[in-house]
Amino acid sequence: MSRPSASTSSSSRSSRSRYGKEVKELQDALNQNKIESKRDAIRKIIDAMTRGKDVSMLFPDVAKNMETSNLELKKLVYLYIINYAKIMPDLAVMAVNSFRKDARDKTNPFLRALAIRTMGCIRVKLITEYLLDPLKESIKDEDSYVRKTAAICISKLYDVSPELIEEQGLLKLLENLLNDGNAMVVANAVCALLIVQESKGTTMLQLNPYTIQKILTAMNECNEWGVIYCLDALAMYIPEDGKEAEAILERVSPRLNHNNPGVVLSACKIMMKFLDYLQNPETIRQNALKMTAPLISLLSLGKEPEIQYVALKNINLIIQKRPIIIEKDIKVFFCNFNDPIYIKLQKLEVLSKLANNDNIQQILHELKEYTQEVDVEFVRKSVRTIGRCAIKLEKAAEKCVTALWECLKTKVNYVVMESIIVIRDIFRKYPRKYEMILKDLCENLKSIEDPEAKASMIWIIGEYVDTIENADSLLGNFSENFKDEPANVQHQILVAVMKLFLQRPNDGKELIHNLLKTATIECENPDLRDRAYIYWRMLSTDPELAKKIVFTERPTISDSSYTIENELLDKLIENIGNLSSVYTKKPESFVKKLRDVLNSKIADKIDDVYDQDQLMEGRPEDYSDQQGGSSNINENNYETSSQIQSQIQQSQVQQVTQKIDLLDLDENQPQQQQSQQQQQQQQLPTQQIQQPNQFQNIKIPFAEVLNSNTPGSQAQIQGLQIEAAFQKYGDKIVLDLKFTNKTQDKTFSAFGIKFNKNPFKLQPDAIEIQCQPVFPGSTQIAQSSINTNGPALEEPPQMPYKIQVALKTNLDVFYIFIPMSLSVLFSNTASITQQKFIELSQAQNMARKQEVLQIQIDPLKMKEKLERNYFFLIGVRKDERGVELLSYAATLVNGMPLLVNVIHTPTAINLQLQVPHPTLMPLLYQAIGFILTLN
Amino acid sequence: MFGISSIYILDQKGRVLISRQYRNELPANIHETFNKKLLEFDEYTQKPVMIDKDGYTYIFIRHNNLIFMTVCSQNANCLMIFSFLFRLVQVLQEYFVNVEEESIRDNFVVVYELLDEMLDNGYPQTTEFKILKEFIKTESFQLKDKKQPEQTNFNVVALVSNKISWRREGIKYKKNEVFLDVIEKLNILIGQQGNVIKSEIIGQVQVKCMLSGMPELKLGLNDKAFFEAQGRQAKSRAVEFDDIKFHQCVRLSKFENERVIQFIPPDGDFELISYRLDIRVKPLFSVDVLIERKSTTKIEFLVKAKSNFKPKSTANNVEIFVPVPDDAEQPQFRTAHGSVNYMPEKEAMCWSIKQFGGQRDFMMNAVFHLPTIVSPNRDKFQKMPINITFEIPYFTVSGFQVRYLKIQDKSGYNALPWVRYITQNGEYQIRMN
Repeated sequence: MSRPSASTSSSSRSSRSRYGKEVKELQDALNQNKIESKRDAIRKIIDAMTRGKDVSMLFPDVAKNMETSNLELKKLVYLYIINYAKIMPDLAVMAVNSFRKDARDKTNPFLRALAIRTMGCIRVKLITEYLLDPLKESIKDEDSYVRKTAAICISKLYDVSPELIEEQGLLKLLENLLNDGNAMVVANAVCALLIVQESKGTTMLQLNPYTIQKILTAMNECNEWGVIYCLDALAMYIPEDGKEAEAILERVSPRLNHNNPGVVLSACKIMMKFLDYLQNPETIRQNALKMTAPLISLLSLGKEPEIQYVALKNINLIIQKRPIIIEKDIKVFFCNFNDPIYIKLQKLEVLSKLANNDNIQQILHELKEYTQEVDVEFVRKSVRTIGRCAIKLEKAAEKCVTALWECLKTKVNYVVMESIIVIRDIFRKYPRKYEMILKDLCENLKSIEDPEAKASMIWIIGEYVDTIENADSLLGNFSENFKDEPANVQHQILVAVMKLFLQRPNDGKELIHNLLKTATIECENPDLRDRAYIYWRMLSTDPELAKKIVFTERPTISDSSYTIENELLDKLIENIGNLSSVYTKKPESFVKKLRDVLNSKIADKIDDVYDQDQLMEGRPEDYSDQQGGSSNINENNYETSSQIQSQIQQSQVQQVTQKIDLLDLDENQPQQQQSQQQQQQQQLPTQQIQQPNQFQNIKIPFAEVLNSNTPGSQAQIQGLQIEAAFQKYGDKIVLDLKFTNKTQDKTFSAFGIKFNKNPFKLQPDAIEIQCQPVFPGSTQIAQSSINTNGPALEEPPQMPYKIQVALKTNLDVFYIFIPMSLSVLFSNTASITQQKFIELSQAQNMARKQEVLQIQIDPLKMKEKLERNYFFLIGVRKDERGVELLSYAATLVNGMPLLVNVIHTPTAINLQLQVPHPTLMPLLYQAIGFILTLN
Repeated sequence: MFGISSIYILDQKGRVLISRQYRNELPANIHETFNKKLLEFDEYTQKPVMIDKDGYTYIFIRHNNLIFMTVCSQNANCLMIFSFLFRLVQVLQEYFVNVEEESIRDNFVVVYELLDEMLDNGYPQTTEFKILKEFIKTESFQLKDKKQPEQTNFNVVALVSNKISWRREGIKYKKNEVFLDVIEKLNILIGQQGNVIKSEIIGQVQVKCMLSGMPELKLGLNDKAFFEAQGRQAKSRAVEFDDIKFHQCVRLSKFENERVIQFIPPDGDFELISYRLDIRVKPLFSVDVLIERKSTTKIEFLVKAKSNFKPKSTANNVEIFVPVPDDAEQPQFRTAHGSVNYMPEKEAMCWSIKQFGGQRDFMMNAVFHLPTIVSPNRDKFQKMPINITFEIPYFTVSGFQVRYLKIQDKSGYNALPWVRYITQNGEYQIRMN
């Protein structure tokens, strides 16, 4: 046993020594005078570096060679230094002198540019300072090649030491480069400004008619990548009016003829966005049609599939916004045999969008061809597409059904199964219209394995028990394996048999009896069991009513589930060509940095509020023109209990269908430990809270969040009424709960609480709620203190903002929604100075809105109220008429700044709100309303 | 406006051949995450854009046995990155001809130099091979040698950010000539009944430019829109372009306004125009296949190929790929024209005819033996299309014609333009069934 280990250790030693020897040899070679031997040595070192070997110990030897006049050797040395400078910042300083010297080389602009480019890649704060002087000179270099490199270099160094770059006025110099006579320099300056803008969070590239002209001119002369930078910058511009938009479009549209697909899509991005500003329908049409041919060219057969993929994703968005752009040219979306599957699936997606009554025949013909192909996934999606067409186009539905009928007849297993699922939807959309295919459907029962297809088939049988003669024996067969089926199939069997019995009592009597028995006694699934119980009771009390309930009219289905809602669509249109368009998601929902900022912790909020503003894309988002909507402060602030109840029911339905595991209250070990710890910690604060506080904050009134008629999730109990409200006591967020027991004989105790993921990461300190048992007829008040270290929901809060909560009792678990006011989430500390306020209020990425609050309040009282609820007064301005404008700022617990300008009038309060995210707007408005109206 | 956070060239097994990082925040071993991510999918489900759980996006393309992969941590311009990657491969091809593991390993220093020039901080810069080749050379290049190179260096620098970035000054040829190659590829899908399901023509004009100085060129085509813009009656054979794209040297606004193609060409080879025509084309070739199953172990094909173009044209190197069952064996072929090969790896037989005149038809007979144990995919071949490859010189299927090429240079030399036409197959498919 010991021998092999000895041998391995010796071999590793020998390899280590061999390695050491190699290093020694390289060192020797580097210290020789011959260029060739040095170069070969560095090549070897870089080769090793690329393979992941650590050659950092050679840093001093390599760095010595920086000052060589051999350009190739120099490039290699630079490459090495870029790689290791970060881990060896002290040694990297050695390189500074060489950079400074090269960057000022009189004779060779190429060398100057190389030095500038390379030093930007050395991300060591320590040396940035030394590089600023040569960088400043290079911005004014006589050679445009050096200037264009310098522009990008500024953006690199800004990443490393933003303060230094700003203090030294380099950003100003960068802006000046927009006036450079050379197009490539301008394009790179645009690019660099946009990079800095993203990380700084404030507008760097001022887009106004003057700069727009500069960019448009540069775009004509720079290379293709420069064109993209210019176009992407232009796409952020909001034109003054239709005329300006049209003028810009005229300059942009020739780019559609560019060879580079990136240029084409970036041009489309501007076209799509600016078309919204045009008024004349004919101009809109003409401009829109300019995009048609270039977009289709992106799909022609010679094009790389990767390009086609991105193009298809974007075309899918473009035609949803402006269908006119691709109306006739459906053939390009026909699948080629050799297309990769991801292209084929995308093409089907587009085809189903393009389908209309004129072209459906042609499309169907193609789709039918596809259903005979070999690739299962593709075939299934083709069948599904036929179904979507049927649901979308009522006139063509019959043709589609005929096509599906043919699919059924193929008897190919997966084709049949997919057809059945699709036909179910068609039957739902057009009840009783296509009964002729029932016979062929029923012939395929044997081959159905897929649970969804099976469930669909059983649903169809149940729906047509009166037409299908042998429905009883078919359902009988399915019932035999009832216990082994997955839940959705069991469910459908139960429903179908119920329908059978109600329609044909004699044929279904025995079946329903046995089935209800099995389902209630032997079934583990509570949903199924409950349904069986309900059926049973309905049948035993009023069969006629049962019939009405079971055969009730169902909501129709439509194709709209596949379309994107307008707000998202517009956001995606702004992101044509970007990843956002490929994922069909807003940037903040997949970009980690944006996401993290959204959930940033309280701990680091105070100092870095401004870094966190990157949360928003650096796009101007002006909401001031959005009138109306969202102002609901004067309406009911809280929903009536029935509204809440309906939401609760919805939530329960969700629970059932999606099985969100909100309630791993007891099982989860680590959480229990955590809760114990927290419980200990919690003791103190709870006591503090319960002492009558100095009571600065407003008290949010209780809202009924659970009606006593609502049963718990396991339907075991009803009769508990819960009222709840989030409050702020001092610097602590607390959930006030009021339990009322309306049962006759049950006692509720052992309360526990857990929050669903939410945007501000709220969670209770402890799961257990300290509360006396609630006896029948009595009421208890309890509190749970809240922290903000919970898991985050990666969505901005919506209006009305509610937290989904699971509440456990000894008897059952209840899912409730508790309304939350933003006022509870204000931070106690003032973190926004006057200067920052000004900066923020000029930032383009803040959403702005004017609001009026129709209340009468004494101005002093208003100030006092705002201030004691953590709106910090930043400044007061008076205009010539003596009207006072008060500027307030508040910070949310996650560090997001909220800015409010207030003008008080005797009858109302005018508000100018600025928030980093538009969804916060109504919430902030609501919170101010609370603060000023509640005591 | 976001660029590339890091770029990798990986070999087939996902090992790093080349890597450059442009952002600090990326984990050093992110290519390993990528490799794992790749394994989550098979060739069918894989998409060229993937995101991992940390929000890093991988955008990649494959070339030979290599993967060119970029990582983005932001909402990057995805199509720009794809375009860049394809361009990178193109440039590398110009340098090493075969871009594969071997050539990347052997030339990694040049690749790094190229990357450095082509991508600054993750943003594409200069990607024109003609410019890059001026200062990144495969042989070592010494600055010390101050006689000639220093001079070129200046030119190069001027080139990169010049207004006319694609051409340097002072080019000289003894004989001034321009060669235009008009190459049209026909993409066509033909149904079982010989009906055309879709057809398009992808054309390109390749130029080999051997002209001195800074000549200004003007190209006239039989472009229908041009005649209309001029208010002239379109000639009968005018071509209506559905889409036309130009090399960056062409003045786009001039074309947009007057439909005039005017440019100062780069030196040497380049693609001047690419265009697309969405017209219904009569099939150049039609193929009928008659399948007879004489017994369960024997299948016979009767293939009839017909050319539908004018008799004066001739197609060269015609190859007709007819799908056969995947377990077919012991082929026997009979034909009076050309030769037939069985290609089991393609599940097809290939009938090659060196020269195929217009308005001719040829027959071919093939018999295969089928094993008694039936392959599960035996009938798949009927769903696969017939593919045809060919070349017809001196012929454009669209009728595209160069009307004139005017060459003007300050020095006033006379230059000769040469034009050649050729039509090739693109994706030329006929459905069997």
